[in-house]
Amino acid sequence: MGTTETLAAKASQNGDSAAHDEEPGAAGDESANPFSRAVGRALGSVADLIASRLKADLDDRDPDYIREHLPLVWLLSSIWFRGEVRNLGNIPESGPVLMVGNHSGGNMTPDTQILTLAFSTYFGVERPYYQLAHNLVVASPVGQILRKYGTVSASPENAERALDSGAALLVYPGGDWEVHRSSWEGNTVDFGGRRGYVRLALKKKVPIVPVVSVGGQETALFLGRGNRLARGLGLDSLFRLKVLPVSIAPPWGLNVGDFLGHLPLPAKITIEVLPPIDLEEQFGPDPDIDEIHDYVTRVMQEALDALAAERRFPVIG
Amino acid sequence: MRISESVTVSAPPHLVWRFLAEPDNYLRFMSGVTRWEVVGDRRTGLGARYRMLLRIGAAEVGGLVEIVEFSEPKDMAWTSVTGVDQRGRWRIRDARDGRSRVEFRYAYGVAGGGIFGWLSEMVAAPTLGRHVRRTLHQLKRQVEHEQLRSEAERRRAAREASPAGAG
Repeated sequence: MGTTETLAAKASQNGDSAAHDEEPGAAGDESANPFSRAVGRALGSVADLIASRLKADLDDRDPDYIREHLPLVWLLSSIWFRGEVRNLGNIPESGPVLMVGNHSGGNMTPDTQILTLAFSTYFGVERPYYQLAHNLVVASPVGQILRKYGTVSASPENAERALDSGAALLVYPGGDWEVHRSSWEGNTVDFGGRRGYVRLALKKKVPIVPVVSVGGQETALFLGRGNRLARGLGLDSLFRLKVLPVSIAPPWGLNVGDFLGHLPLPAKITIEVLPPIDLEEQFGPDPDIDEIHDYVTRVMQEALDALAAERRFPVIG
Repeated sequence: MRISESVTVSAPPHLVWRFLAEPDNYLRFMSGVTRWEVVGDRRTGLGARYRMLLRIGAAEVGGLVEIVEFSEPKDMAWTSVTGVDQRGRWRIRDARDGRSRVEFRYAYGVAGGGIFGWLSEMVAAPTLGRHVRRTLHQLKRQVEHEQLRSEAERRRAAREASPAGAG
């Protein structure tokens, strides 16, 4: 409750919540009739709720909740996805670190779930660990649960705050663009040209740890992003959605948008953590963003090619 | 969930104890363990802390453990400080004729895990049982090998010391 109040107050300060500007007036206006006051309060509450959902706070992360729910995540990851995470020891033992991953699996993203489980059991739930996610994910009902795991809405401010706090931060630069790529592009790293993660790492002077996963794009038959359709419908400007993906997935069959998620096929997910990249050490005092981006995506693609070569059959692994 | 297995080792208790008290040995004989590192200044004995991890299913599970009982050469027990709730215990008893009976007890769980906690304990039990049995077999093999080596060393020293052996 206190968190909600804090968040709402921040939203009000940022001018994001008109409800906060109206609420005092509604409460204090003695001449307004009771119906108007009730409507005003209701609208204010809805606006507060939306604002609080989008303005995720780092303090929403709840280590006890993560710990108590590790068995469920472990069961899903071990039995359904036969998850395997390699070389977690490549993540520095302490201090802020930017983990950069390729993203797969549509809106169900099993790779994130498995990596979060592995990180939490390897380093302990006490080590702060955050993940950036799309606004719509954080604002959704599922987002309320994800926030307890450390998921915050993707914004430069949240990313910087997480690293400033000394936490490990997981970002998927490809975001909705990469996660909805077609299944036949499943073994391709595609950040859609986004380089914000490099700027973030340089600004905060933190190492980049690339994380590569394979198998996520086999959890459904992803047919395409539908990016032209999304642009035509104006989803980009309204919801920061660059895609309207089309897939064939249970239980829906033809699945347009994947807004309600889907039942992922039990594809084997393998994740490999690559050695950390110290940007200053490797690229000198005047680093070039394009060069770093090219290097990071290249080492990730090479590792992904190696993981893909180990697979004999789709889904089975 | 608690798992308990035992094995008879052809070596006296003090030799088994010496092997178990050395933290460097744990990665060599404990099946499934991927990490066993000393944390802090105390290397062994009461209050010594280790960071341990055990690969089980999709994750390496473990955390910080602390030795809470250290009664040479009979009982050594540890309990978790962070991570998954766990208790481990070595019970070493004299089995006469220079042999020892070694029992390993391992209890684990997630407090507050509810039905899924119980289910995950059940699912993990067969794998953990195999790890515990393999651990004891590896312990037996390695301690008995140490015993053989020390006996061979003693014979070698005796041969070198006696004129007949030298000749």
